Amino acid sequence: MNARIFHIAANTFREAVRDRVLYNLIGFALLLSGAAVLVGQISIDIERLVVINLGLTAVSLFGVVIAIFIGIGLVSKEIEKRTLYTVLSRPVRRWEFIVGKFFGLAGTLVVNTFFMAIGVFGALLYVVHKFSKPDALILVALYFIILEFLVICSLALLFSSFSSPLLSAVFAFSLFVIGSFADDLRGFAGMAHGVTRWVATGAAYLVPNFSALNVISAVAHQQPMNSQLILQNTLYALFYTTMALSGAVLIFERRNLK
Amino acid sequence: MAAIEILGLEKTYMVGFWRKRPKRALQPLQLTVEEGEIFGFLGPNGAGKTTTLKILMGLVFPTAGTARILGHDWTDPEVKAQIGFLPEQPYFYDYLTAHELLDYYGQLSGVPGKDRKRRIEEVLQRVGLTDIKGVQLRKFSKGMLQRAGIAQAILHNPKLVFFDEPMSGLDPLGRREVRDLMEQLKQEGKTVFFSTHILSDAEALCDRVAIIHKGELRGVGAVADLTATVQGKVEVVWQGTQIPVSMKALGAECHVTGDTVRAVIPENQQDAAIDALRRECIRLIALTPLRTSLEAYFVEKLQLSPTATEKTLGTAV
Repeated sequence: MNARIFHIAANTFREAVRDRVLYNLIGFALLLSGAAVLVGQISIDIERLVVINLGLTAVSLFGVVIAIFIGIGLVSKEIEKRTLYTVLSRPVRRWEFIVGKFFGLAGTLVVNTFFMAIGVFGALLYVVHKFSKPDALILVALYFIILEFLVICSLALLFSSFSSPLLSAVFAFSLFVIGSFADDLRGFAGMAHGVTRWVATGAAYLVPNFSALNVISAVAHQQPMNSQLILQNTLYALFYTTMALSGAVLIFERRNLK
Repeated sequence: MAAIEILGLEKTYMVGFWRKRPKRALQPLQLTVEEGEIFGFLGPNGAGKTTTLKILMGLVFPTAGTARILGHDWTDPEVKAQIGFLPEQPYFYDYLTAHELLDYYGQLSGVPGKDRKRRIEEVLQRVGLTDIKGVQLRKFSKGMLQRAGIAQAILHNPKLVFFDEPMSGLDPLGRREVRDLMEQLKQEGKTVFFSTHILSDAEALCDRVAIIHKGELRGVGAVADLTATVQGKVEVVWQGTQIPVSMKALGAECHVTGDTVRAVIPENQQDAAIDALRRECIRLIALTPLRTSLEAYFVEKLQLSPTATEKTLGTAV
């Protein structure tokens, strides 16, 4: 990574870390993991399943909210507050700014996920008293959640590069919801006929396939994960992220900062 | 070598929601700023000063034209390591302290780590921001933010500094300090290009000025030349509050201020005025020819029609 991208990423990370809203959201996520302990205790024989399901869902949902909440303002807020003027009047290329912002937010989410994961493992240990070998699969689910965050970050940045924070939030959250049902959309496309089939198939492959990245239920049920799925999901998330980031760069490179 | 060469830069925005129509913010601009001078870019609000600066900083793309900064194409990112920029009403990352902000900008400008700490202390001292360690910028007053803005513009020791309304938000003492700083920058061999609509600042500081109005260049020249025109009148100042009758007879417009009287009379009456004061045994303090002020020149250029301006520009540029 070149030095300027690193410095922009570090400043983005520092901005996020100094934002009180971030701590409120992490607090909520940890609270939900704690609540999973209570629910687990009243769920006879399925404590483990409930704690993993609720805990990882909390990590995923709150992470997505943080990614969207911070990501939508990364570019538009800098333009609106004119803080960008003193950055781009230095030897900083516009693409370096976008990529630096992305890495800063992605770094923030990785660190958040680390702390929230400690909460989930803590809750699980409290309920089952001892970790078993299949619990390592939680790490795979967490890895997929991080991949999901990378895609969301890049989408939030893409929308932030040309629209207002409110519209960016609407676009990013809508894509997250649609992408979470991408498998169902593909199933629908398979059953449809004529133009509907073409439109549904196009939409199904265009939206990010978040359902493929969601293995929380499978992990909770201790189903094995094959390495091919991990590789496929990694390549898919990196490809989608690169495309969305390239789009953000292309738009931002041509934008007049009035 | 010219520090800045603006070669026909122009900007047209498309305005309106449904039926977009062009709005020209900057007409083709030709301007040269020499190295080592303080150059004032004058114009009323909305004249096109900030648009020009934004184009030069690469924040806005011109519709046509080009420019050269320090001998290089103005879009070359590496040129930016040699220039400093203070935007109008600057706003910075308010979660940072001034030291953190300058450290960040120093990193982006490629100032080596070992020099950065020393430079930060130097520039903060220079702009009068002391005892602010650990204070986040959100707690800074408008004047303090302006000083932080000036500090970031000169942090990396640039050869050319662009200031957009640098006196904005500063108290009289602060304005004086910024004027002194700009003169120091000039003495260090740097070029200063600043936009303002405060004419007294421009008159006191600038070697040359350009006047822009409605996106069109209305005049360029050395301040001394622009204000050299004698109006054919002289100002006579004498001690006391007495106005001799013979002075009134000369058609003098007299104003009493404290224990001095100022009178403006036609130039050809100045000997008669001195004789009148001598007869009454009144002490003469000063006799000076009235020159066109920069303000008068500015107003004159703003009132000119575009066609008339085109005629005068040929001699002004």
